[in-house]
Amino acid sequence: MDKTLPDLATAVAGIEDGMSVMIGGFGGSGAPVELIHALIDRFRATGHPKGLTVVNNNAGNGHVGLAALIETGMVAKLICSFPRSSDPVVFTEMYRAGKIELELVPQGTLAERIRAGGAGIPAFYTPSSFGTDLAEGKPVAEFDGRSYVQERWLKADYALVKAYKGDKLGNLIYRMAGRNFGPLMCTAAATTIVQVSQIVEPGALDPEAVVTPGIFVQGVVEVANPAQEEALIRAKAVYPEVAQ
Amino acid sequence: MSAHSTTRLTPAQMAWRAAQDIADGAYVNLGIGLPEMVARFQPPGREVIFHTENGILGFGEAPPPGEEDWDLINAGKKAVTLKPGTAFFHHADSFAMVRGGHLDVAILGAFQVSESGDLANWSTGPKGVPAVGGAMDLVHGAKQVAVITDHTTKDGKPKLLEACTLPLTGVACVTRVYTNLAVVDIEGGRFVLREKLPALSMDELQSLTGATLHVMGAVADLNAPEV
Repeated sequence: MDKTLPDLATAVAGIEDGMSVMIGGFGGSGAPVELIHALIDRFRATGHPKGLTVVNNNAGNGHVGLAALIETGMVAKLICSFPRSSDPVVFTEMYRAGKIELELVPQGTLAERIRAGGAGIPAFYTPSSFGTDLAEGKPVAEFDGRSYVQERWLKADYALVKAYKGDKLGNLIYRMAGRNFGPLMCTAAATTIVQVSQIVEPGALDPEAVVTPGIFVQGVVEVANPAQEEALIRAKAVYPEVAQ
Repeated sequence: MSAHSTTRLTPAQMAWRAAQDIADGAYVNLGIGLPEMVARFQPPGREVIFHTENGILGFGEAPPPGEEDWDLINAGKKAVTLKPGTAFFHHADSFAMVRGGHLDVAILGAFQVSESGDLANWSTGPKGVPAVGGAMDLVHGAKQVAVITDHTTKDGKPKLLEACTLPLTGVACVTRVYTNLAVVDIEGGRFVLREKLPALSMDELQSLTGATLHVMGAVADLNAPEV
């Protein structure tokens, strides 16, 4: 078994119009910038995929990565907890113009919905959002004298995730707080594609240290020196670069 | 001296005051903004372990400019540092710590707090882009949920109210409020005044508060050093 993909274009080739795509990352940490940019490249070359539903904690920053994806108009709906950043102009303008739908989810509920999706649990109860606008229309139940809100699982057609190292079987380790939603999203998507700084042979990762077991991963692609979104934003980078 | 003069605590002094109540060995989550400052005023000799929603327990302060590692950030997307004993984990584990009752203290900011402990801190109404982050999770599960906030809005309206008028973050969740004028507990659906600035009369403080301040026992002076 070898889940290695030859390049980024191949990695994102299966994403079709109208699909749901989970994208890892919290702010810039763990953001799979190169996979996102490969998806933008495909859209610019072919007009597809479009009408995507994207799941991410945030709504992008500046004009790279997720913000650039939204800026192309490929994203019809965003499911996230915090659509603000140091430079949220792309999402803010699209949202105010009615060009993108927003489903706002408390961060812990978002994480647990994804976890539940990957674990085969269709619904669960959480205290978060009880008595607030975000619980409107959701079933409520009392357990041991406290009130809880029912939330549904969240699954996706694809997950695009960034990890630190992966082996050819898809076993993954992450880098510091870049881990965030990655391990959850890997479990909750029909097809999970992971960019890693290095693909290693089976046996090179310590089994005790593996965070995501390869069963949750369908493809790994090597991006040796991945861009950090925060560094791109500080350099005022724009993707795709405007031709001079 | 009037409450409208310079007697109010500075944000740093409010953070200092809140830090005095955090016990040795506590696991603590500090909200983005003013609550983050609490970490700077940890009393000597106490070890406090800070949690951030994005998957770090036991991180250190900000690195010098130019030495940031952007995989090592807090929930406010600011760079932090490693300390001996730091642990990383994914988001589901992070919020298991939050909702599962494992954190000792969560300190959040507020637009409004009600006398029954309701908190409004995520939305100022239908205008603008709504964003909630981890606030609705953090108000449930921590053994103590405290708020740090100015006592009044910039235009002088009370932020401590009988009932919040802005969209709620959580119902009956706040147990203590640190303001720039007072320290107030929420007990049995009432604001109970614990400390106030010594220069401020009870009447003045009450006039700046949107619900009755109850007194049970002594009201201590709220004093903070220049920090």
